[in-house]
Amino acid sequence: MTPQITLSGARSSHTAFRPSRIVSWTLLFLGGLVMVTPILFMLSTSLKDASQVYDLKLIPASPSLDNYWTVLSDGRFLRWFLNSLVVAVAVTVSNVFFDSLVGYTLAKFRFRGRYVVFIAILSTLMIPTEMLVIPWYLMASTFGWIDSYWGIMFPGMMTAFGTFLMKQFFETVPDEFLEAARIDGLNEFTIWWRVAMPLVTPALSALAIFTFLGNWTAFFWPLIVTNSRELYTLPIGLSSFAVEQAIQWEMIMTGASLATIPTLLVFLLLQRYIVRGVMLAGLKG
Amino acid sequence: MATIALDRLVKRYGKMAVVHGIDLRVNDGEFVVLVGPSGCGKSTTLRMIAGLEDISEGTVSIDGHVVNEFEPKDRNIAMVFQNYAIYPHMSVAQNIGFGLYTSKLTHGEKTKRIADTARLLGLESLLDRRPSQLSGGQRQRVAIGRAMVRNPVAFLFDEPLSNLDAQLRAQMRIEIKKLHQRLGTTIVFVTHDQVEAMTMADRIVVMRDGHILQVGTPMELYDNPTDVFTARFIGSPTMNLIPATLREQAGHRVAELDQVQASVRLPSNFPIADIGADVLVGVRPHDLVVDQAGAGTGIALKGEVSVVEPLGSETLVHLEIGGTAVIATAPGKIIPRAGDRVTVRAPEGSLYLFDAKSERALCRT
Repeated sequence: MTPQITLSGARSSHTAFRPSRIVSWTLLFLGGLVMVTPILFMLSTSLKDASQVYDLKLIPASPSLDNYWTVLSDGRFLRWFLNSLVVAVAVTVSNVFFDSLVGYTLAKFRFRGRYVVFIAILSTLMIPTEMLVIPWYLMASTFGWIDSYWGIMFPGMMTAFGTFLMKQFFETVPDEFLEAARIDGLNEFTIWWRVAMPLVTPALSALAIFTFLGNWTAFFWPLIVTNSRELYTLPIGLSSFAVEQAIQWEMIMTGASLATIPTLLVFLLLQRYIVRGVMLAGLKG
Repeated sequence: MATIALDRLVKRYGKMAVVHGIDLRVNDGEFVVLVGPSGCGKSTTLRMIAGLEDISEGTVSIDGHVVNEFEPKDRNIAMVFQNYAIYPHMSVAQNIGFGLYTSKLTHGEKTKRIADTARLLGLESLLDRRPSQLSGGQRQRVAIGRAMVRNPVAFLFDEPLSNLDAQLRAQMRIEIKKLHQRLGTTIVFVTHDQVEAMTMADRIVVMRDGHILQVGTPMELYDNPTDVFTARFIGSPTMNLIPATLREQAGHRVAELDQVQASVRLPSNFPIADIGADVLVGVRPHDLVVDQAGAGTGIALKGEVSVVEPLGSETLVHLEIGGTAVIATAPGKIIPRAGDRVTVRAPEGSLYLFDAKSERALCRT
């Protein structure tokens, strides 16, 4: 009788009780707990009334959705939500278009100064946002963009990170795909749009996710460039709950819970692309 | 259909020339194969014909028109690439139809063209599939279909069979040859595989280091190679070359094989050359046959068998003759053993003589 080889089964049953595995699982559990606890408290607080806010029990004594009705029936919240959505979507679309266009050009065309241009773009990643805020503000002020959607959006319409990410991905596209299209008579823009772009969908998804999340949660620049409450984005609006009235934690937590819905949706729908995008950004650099 | 003419075509990358002023004329409807080792400039030449590489000097003409400054799309040629270059995000029908993207045909006409092309290539049942659901041979047929659908004046193939396994490659060779016979379109085909070149070409162009060494029909190149490189590159197994020295024996010029007690008598009209000059005597393995009876004619050589490769119909016998490794054949079921001493014999008229220095062919004998 031929002996059965059950290496994988034997291996898993042994490794399951290794001390190193127990330690790593414990550390992972603790790390997860640290990350999940604030979210659970946020959700818990959003279900409490004002009198229970400082009662630190995770499960509310009498949970209620009243806070959600209150926040949603307040026109300002929906306006801020919409502002954030407009800004995040517009900046994301712009980044997907322009970053990939520049990334494609740098990856697939040979021209004098190509490397210098790439290094120049990449070097802007080294400059902290805080240093850029004053020039941005002066620019916005000069062109009359203060307190406008365009004022909020313009610094992020194209990013060095996105350009870098897309360039790295386009370099993996075989030249033959583009040359075949060139022989078939397509112009360069159509080749990029019809042939190259569909081949880098994972990178485009990752870029879209990063850009959307970054702009959805952006706080610093929108706070500086907006004056009127109608143009507040959600993070600025929520913070105003805390500074303009007595702090209403249950309302802030309710707004924050609602604000996480788009980000959670994006994560749940496209998480495999996020992982791939993070891996790419790490490996190709 | 069209003629393609290359006139003193040069390609330089910076100061380094990779194609050195080649001349070639591909006739209307002809199947020409550019063959040579990696880096010989064959793909670069093809890409210059396609318009994918700038031309440093010289001209490329298609149907009598110099097309140096034409964009690839304006040359009305089609190209099939080594890795197929079919788009993974499109179905077979979309891939074939992509060749008509800029065409002014109506939707109905395009659909008919796609259907006709698919029928010709046996792809009708696969039109809705994605490339990932196809085998290597089917993918290659889709790539050919995309090239065919535009009715180009010439097809350019850049090592299109290299990614296929041996069996599929043999099958696709026949399919491409049949396709050429049916369409009669001019084809320039690049390969490093001499078997592909021999089996498919009307004419073969042998290239090395950016130069054309020889142009001719497969049999011309096999029978009358002009130099050692072509002699060894064309034909499988490669031609044996045994070092020899020119001598005079009893009023006749002979090539005396070094370290072997044998000599080859040269024809009486052999041009006068320096006595003592080094030459190479070439003999194809299929002309060098193991002679068990010892009663044959022609030049006989003795050597020790190092390895045998039985192929069924014949056996390739690797021998050591006077310090030179030689391949001979043993017909039928005769299979010598390693270590045996055997006599191999090449008939008159099957030997080639090359100058050892210039490697140019001198004569056949």
